[in-house]
Amino acid sequence: MRIMCQVGMVMNLDKCIGCHTCSVTCKQAWTNRAGTEYVWFNNVETRPGQGYPRRYEDQEKWQGGWKLNRRGRLQLKSGNRLQKLFGIFASPVQPELDDYYEPWTYDYQNLIDAPLGDDFPVARPKSLITGDDMKIEWSSNWDDDLGGLTEHGQQDPVVQKLREENGMKLKFTYEKTFMFHLPRICEHCLNPSCMASCPSGAIYKRSEDGIVLVDQDKCRGWRQCITGCPYKKIYFNHRTGKAEKCTFCYPRIEVGLPTVCAETCVGRLRYIGVFLYDADKVTEAASVPDEKDLHQAQLDLMLDPDDPEIQRLAREQGIPEDWLEAAKRSPVYKLAKKFRVALPLHPEYRTMPMVWYIPPLSPVVDLLAEEGHDAEDPGVLFGAIDALRIPVEYLAELFTAGDTDEVDRVLFRLAAMRSYMRNVTLGQERDESIAQQVGMTGAEVQEMYRLLAIAKYNERY
Amino acid sequence: MADSVTRPDGPGVDALLKLGTFFSRAPRTDDGRAVFVEGGRQGDVFYRDRWSHDKVVRSTHGVNCTGSCSWKVYVKDGIITWESQQTDYPSVGPDSPEYEPRGCPRGAAFSWYTYSPTRVKYPYGRQVLIEMYREARRRLGDPVEAWAEIQADPEKRRRYQQARGKGGLVRLSWDEALEITAASYVHTIRTWGPDRIVSFSPIPAMSPVSHAAGTRFNHLLGGAMASFYDWYADLPVASPQVFGDQTDVPESGDWWDATYLMMWGSNVPLTRTPDAHWMTEVRYRGTKVVTVSPDYADNTKFADEWLPAQAGSDAALAMAMGHVVLKEFFVDRQVPYFVDYTKQYTDLPHLVRLQPSPDGQGYVPAKFLTAADLGIEGSDPAFKTVVWDEAAGDVAVPNGSLGFRYNEDDKGKWNLELGDVDPALSMYDHSTENVELSVACFEDPRGEGSVLRRGVPTRRVGEHMVCTVLDLMLAQYGVGRDGLPGDWPTGYDDATRPYTPAWQEEITSVPADTVTRIAREFASNSEESEGRSMVIMGAGLCHWYHADTMYRAVMALLMLTGCIGRNGGGWAHYVGQEKCRPMVGWFNIANAMDWQRPPRTVIGTGYWYMHTDQWRTDGLSADALTSPLSTGSLDGTHSADALVRSWRQGWMPFYPQFDRNPLELAEEAEAAVEAGEAESVQDWIAAQLHEGRLKGAVEDVDAPENWPRNLILWRSNLFGSSAKGNEYFLRHLLGTHHNTLPNDHGADQRPKDVTWHEDAPEGKLDLLVSADFRMTSTTLLSDIVFPAATWYEKYDLSATDMHPYVHAFTPAIDPPWEAKTDYQLFRLLLERISVFARKHLGTRKDIVAVPLQHDTPGQIAQPGGVSRDWKAEGRKPVPGKDMPVLAVVERDYTALVDKFASVGPLAEKLGFTVKNIKFDMTENVERLGSMFGVYDSGPAEGRPAMNTDERMAEAILMFSGTTNGAVATQAFKDLETKTGVELADLSEGSEERRITFADTQASPQPVITSPEWSGSETGGRRYTGFSINVERKKPWHTLTGRMHFFLDHDWLIDVGEQMPTYRPPLNMTRMYGEPEINSRGEREVALRYLTVHNKWAIHSEYQDNLFMLSLSRGGPQCWMSVEDAEAIDVKDNDWVECVNTNGVFVARAVVTPRLPAGVAYVPHAQERTVDTPKSEATGRRGGIHNSVTRILLKPTHLIGGYAQLAYAFNYLGPTGVQRDIVAVVRKRSQEVQY
Repeated sequence: MRIMCQVGMVMNLDKCIGCHTCSVTCKQAWTNRAGTEYVWFNNVETRPGQGYPRRYEDQEKWQGGWKLNRRGRLQLKSGNRLQKLFGIFASPVQPELDDYYEPWTYDYQNLIDAPLGDDFPVARPKSLITGDDMKIEWSSNWDDDLGGLTEHGQQDPVVQKLREENGMKLKFTYEKTFMFHLPRICEHCLNPSCMASCPSGAIYKRSEDGIVLVDQDKCRGWRQCITGCPYKKIYFNHRTGKAEKCTFCYPRIEVGLPTVCAETCVGRLRYIGVFLYDADKVTEAASVPDEKDLHQAQLDLMLDPDDPEIQRLAREQGIPEDWLEAAKRSPVYKLAKKFRVALPLHPEYRTMPMVWYIPPLSPVVDLLAEEGHDAEDPGVLFGAIDALRIPVEYLAELFTAGDTDEVDRVLFRLAAMRSYMRNVTLGQERDESIAQQVGMTGAEVQEMYRLLAIAKYNERY
Repeated sequence: MADSVTRPDGPGVDALLKLGTFFSRAPRTDDGRAVFVEGGRQGDVFYRDRWSHDKVVRSTHGVNCTGSCSWKVYVKDGIITWESQQTDYPSVGPDSPEYEPRGCPRGAAFSWYTYSPTRVKYPYGRQVLIEMYREARRRLGDPVEAWAEIQADPEKRRRYQQARGKGGLVRLSWDEALEITAASYVHTIRTWGPDRIVSFSPIPAMSPVSHAAGTRFNHLLGGAMASFYDWYADLPVASPQVFGDQTDVPESGDWWDATYLMMWGSNVPLTRTPDAHWMTEVRYRGTKVVTVSPDYADNTKFADEWLPAQAGSDAALAMAMGHVVLKEFFVDRQVPYFVDYTKQYTDLPHLVRLQPSPDGQGYVPAKFLTAADLGIEGSDPAFKTVVWDEAAGDVAVPNGSLGFRYNEDDKGKWNLELGDVDPALSMYDHSTENVELSVACFEDPRGEGSVLRRGVPTRRVGEHMVCTVLDLMLAQYGVGRDGLPGDWPTGYDDATRPYTPAWQEEITSVPADTVTRIAREFASNSEESEGRSMVIMGAGLCHWYHADTMYRAVMALLMLTGCIGRNGGGWAHYVGQEKCRPMVGWFNIANAMDWQRPPRTVIGTGYWYMHTDQWRTDGLSADALTSPLSTGSLDGTHSADALVRSWRQGWMPFYPQFDRNPLELAEEAEAAVEAGEAESVQDWIAAQLHEGRLKGAVEDVDAPENWPRNLILWRSNLFGSSAKGNEYFLRHLLGTHHNTLPNDHGADQRPKDVTWHEDAPEGKLDLLVSADFRMTSTTLLSDIVFPAATWYEKYDLSATDMHPYVHAFTPAIDPPWEAKTDYQLFRLLLERISVFARKHLGTRKDIVAVPLQHDTPGQIAQPGGVSRDWKAEGRKPVPGKDMPVLAVVERDYTALVDKFASVGPLAEKLGFTVKNIKFDMTENVERLGSMFGVYDSGPAEGRPAMNTDERMAEAILMFSGTTNGAVATQAFKDLETKTGVELADLSEGSEERRITFADTQASPQPVITSPEWSGSETGGRRYTGFSINVERKKPWHTLTGRMHFFLDHDWLIDVGEQMPTYRPPLNMTRMYGEPEINSRGEREVALRYLTVHNKWAIHSEYQDNLFMLSLSRGGPQCWMSVEDAEAIDVKDNDWVECVNTNGVFVARAVVTPRLPAGVAYVPHAQERTVDTPKSEATGRRGGIHNSVTRILLKPTHLIGGYAQLAYAFNYLGPTGVQRDIVAVVRKRSQEVQY
């Protein structure tokens, strides 16, 4: 057993308001410079929607992540590493600028300089690539809040998959509207396919905290990493000719500050913490045959920081005491493994991503009343997962490789927490059976509640 | 070993990897997956450098959003790099979430402006004008005479006015820009009078120093300050009507205390971004969350239930909920908590006189029964309301009504203590006669009124037939009781009779059963939790013409169930509301109350309605609103007539006040008094008015002597944002190009009280000046533009009602290029004006006419709320009684700059007054003097210096109870003597605590409980409005001293709005000739034009910010339903135009299923500065969002002079609503021209 530390993030989508503050503070801090105009290390997608870059989840097209080959061994989806090495001079499979968007600015100066004319001066849009006038037709966030959904929604790879593989036709009508937001950064995977794709060895995973970085000196701009990353979270700086990506704000992490995106998240939905994991078992875990088992396999890699044996081994292997302490109080470990409410994004890419998500509850239960339930009964109300507007199948395609039972389990836990806590809030007798129904104790429900609802600064990070 | 582990790829790759091991000794995993290498991290240096910075400064954004978020601004090499949120708000407590981090994407993008290409770096002037001026100045030598000459030449005026907004700005020196501006002000004061000056800047809470600097400038000159809260339609008129208070609401931390939360027309994640987390988090405590919204708004995602009520139908929903609550919790069963609460804190048990119905059938409610009606002895009996005392079996006059507030006899009795009195909620058990009541109803979608017949139990008291307000409410809501006559609903499923759940379903589309269930849950929760049901309400309600009725219907739910003044309960109005917590200091410094009183303040909506000539084409008459049971006080009244009558009776202010220069009027009046022609100046002026020798300016508003001449805008973008009827502003006020289409609305019903000029004036304004740091529609139209410091370049303060802290702006850098702070700008302007005044103005007397004001004895000037127009009746008016108050103010125009920069003597002589509470300033003035020194000579000799923005911030903090504990306690003691209840303990123990400006720079400071506000933070509790009223029995500032369901002013009677009711949106077809909604032509459809909040901007700020544009659609947008888009063949991102006779707005369509058919959502404050092409409708540049709107003035908002219906600035006045507007949305050519 080789024990290593990994910083990870959990985002509680049930609290995400889709405000994009994270995107802006990240961009201001890191990528508001020439060559990275179109780059958003952190972006927020409205789902259903195509995402950024468009349809990045379509791995048949973009060839990101890993697959199992005929012998059941992991292989880059875009070809094995030998093939990759021989193909480095060929143009890699990667999204083009149109798939991201053509960045633009405006002729603002005209507002100040315009000579006397016969109408209001105006600032026209100009391409930041060509400098020419342009009509704006796509952006990093074009389908925000369901804008253009009728025309673009069927292109959502998850919608497409549900339609083609599950026969589930999502119709985007007023009455059936649903929506949630999905903020994304680099996953800092345990099994990063970007790193494996790089012919120059410029991408590395830091041994002390697992942050995945591109060495700006070593990068030769082959762009194979852009193909390799199934989340399309590596970007090509067209000015420097090098790859750039989310750094998990390591200059901040190193001095004990949370990432910019996390600290500035006004929804207070991001958690950062340390996982201890067994580095020797990663390949095995990433290679389990059934995609639906990947979540459990990844959880099995995560070591219990309170286990004295793990602590002993960790100390032996030189893990510093303060990291062990951090692992013990790690909110991400609790949410992912102890309470099991956070799920990895697209585990089927087999990269063992380390940014996890609590799925959104979205319990609009007017449907429930239509079905004749007594919707005033909190038990019924909060247990009404089947009546959710967001189809569980959609969430399952994002977080559990299609396993709806696992998503249901998470949502039941959240619903039970609300139900249980109502009595506490009103000073009434607690109903322990609510906690038991979801396999928890009342004390555990309250501990989870504290983490999710009270969410103090020093408990989030 | 290697073979036993799973390995990636296959043998070929393995071989390659093994080969690699010969070249490297680095350790690796058994499966060869990972190699461990040490060192070699030079490639990381780039990001480390990028992160490094020299300093971090606490500041914030002075934008009108009420966020008041504290930010860290990062500086490197003297350059602002970026910003991120502070996280150091003092803790709310161990079992609650915290306020950190507060912010939003808009604020996070702010630093882009600092060095952006749209930054105003230097003063600019309109070239055409500047050349004229320079020529005249050279020739005449005197700036004021040069300006006067240009103004005397109509051709010259027209030439530069018509150049407004068409480019052609040239760079000026500060010196020249100041000179021209100052010359213009001196000319206007000399020629027309100071009340021809108007200034506009909103929302002091977001930067009180910057606001106060310009406001102080304006009031020292004698100009009028136009209001903003009512003008923005963010003032819920229902709040003064019901609570006698402007707005006082819970901080967002109090949402955490709610156990049932409704978001009604308020899209919290979008508009209250930094607070939204409290809403998501309280769900985890088991709080049910319900949204009411026509679209699947962002907040719907978080809701347990979504009530998709059709736009504008909300009052129908609320009335039906009220029907259920009254039936199940007041009639079928009595809930002790509700009974106890409503008896003490509402007008429900107060008696109302009935009189025969004007339609000859049954009775109608008239006025509250008062002690005067019963001949009971004592002071101010006409303002003492009466209850039926069940204990004594007789009438009783409880303490606390307005009649106990302003006289010496009743000192100490202005409180809600009932003593032995047990008020009867209903006369049902004490009835001597059950009678039929006629009730006005407006269920017809065209707005026509009808009459409902419902019974009430009554009793004769003296000569009066009376019942209680609850009896009237039950009749109004259609909740019957055995034995009462009338026509009642047969049950909840009776869709034919208002206001049942089934009835509302046909109007709102929300299923009746759902409404019944929600109403039951809402009230049950309140019963179970003692008032912890909360309604967050917003622009989705407040921006409708009949928003006051909507709000009253919702507030009724909260009052009936005992939620107001309770933590976790009550009304949470969040739109444009703001809270300048250090109010006493800001208010008195801004209004220059330390030097002279009273200031001229004016209702923005009424002011712009008249001066931009929107009244000339207004098809709306009060006749379209009046009740079938009207007694006639509003018959045939055009909205402009209503405004004139309101001004004449001393209800609402208007400026200019008279058709004569008030400086000359003062001289004439004083001469007349000296000559013995009149007893007083006031008396002489009243006689002049009576004899018709003097007229109100509003009565002939288009005459050149009554035009506004100078408008200065700072911290505001009137012409790119709030100007309802924007194109009328451009045409009539500014005299430049415009997009209005020919229209003749209202030609058949012109106002009677306003002189009609055949030719409408174009170009009233001599000079438009603005100060900004970015180019806006306003700066483009301005004649002079001053470069303003940004929020990261000055000292100021920030506060809000959303959290209990005060914190600071601190400059991260000095203002770059030639930018200056607002404080510096106004000081420099006054310096120049003071110099020019030596020759042209000197010291003058000024007659200042102001209305009867709230929280002054003026509110008991007109008993019974009776409308009596002295002019119509041919009476000589009495100033301060049935016409405005007239004051004489001396202005030494040569001393203004000295006064501006020091604290004047009235501070200690008269004290500072807020809400009729006296705040003693003697010690504070002394302390300020010892801190900053006193002037040793000149007009401000001996006065403390307030000669920098930092010092003004310190003075504001020192002069306010919320930030100075000694002040709070002293003021509470003053209030104790008036109320006779204990209050001072709320701040006792905090007397030593004085929050300094340095404190606010160090970290956000929690404020001290002070009588400036109605709630308490004492002991670290969450703030909610009116908790002091409920807990200490301090009266509301209303007629009864309680919260009002019932209003009895003549005009409210005649529009049928005595009680909460439902009124449909205005009939725009009938009044303005717009097509019926959903009517279609070829590629065009008529839609309700809803200007909702913009996700990517705070009003017009940020909508031109590159980051926000990159995250949205990059230019003007118009959201449409799939159905409407298909009908006119519009695809997502196609160019469309929204057109009506007011103007045109060009945008790209965003087509989405989240909107229902029949509405267009045009995110508000989209300007024409970015990516706006020419329109097909007019050939001119497409407008701003408000190019398609116009001012719709509701006459009942003009009521004044009576109890809580009395004017105060931003407290009461007509609201600038825009939700009722209809526009035709048209597909246009996709080949756009710029």
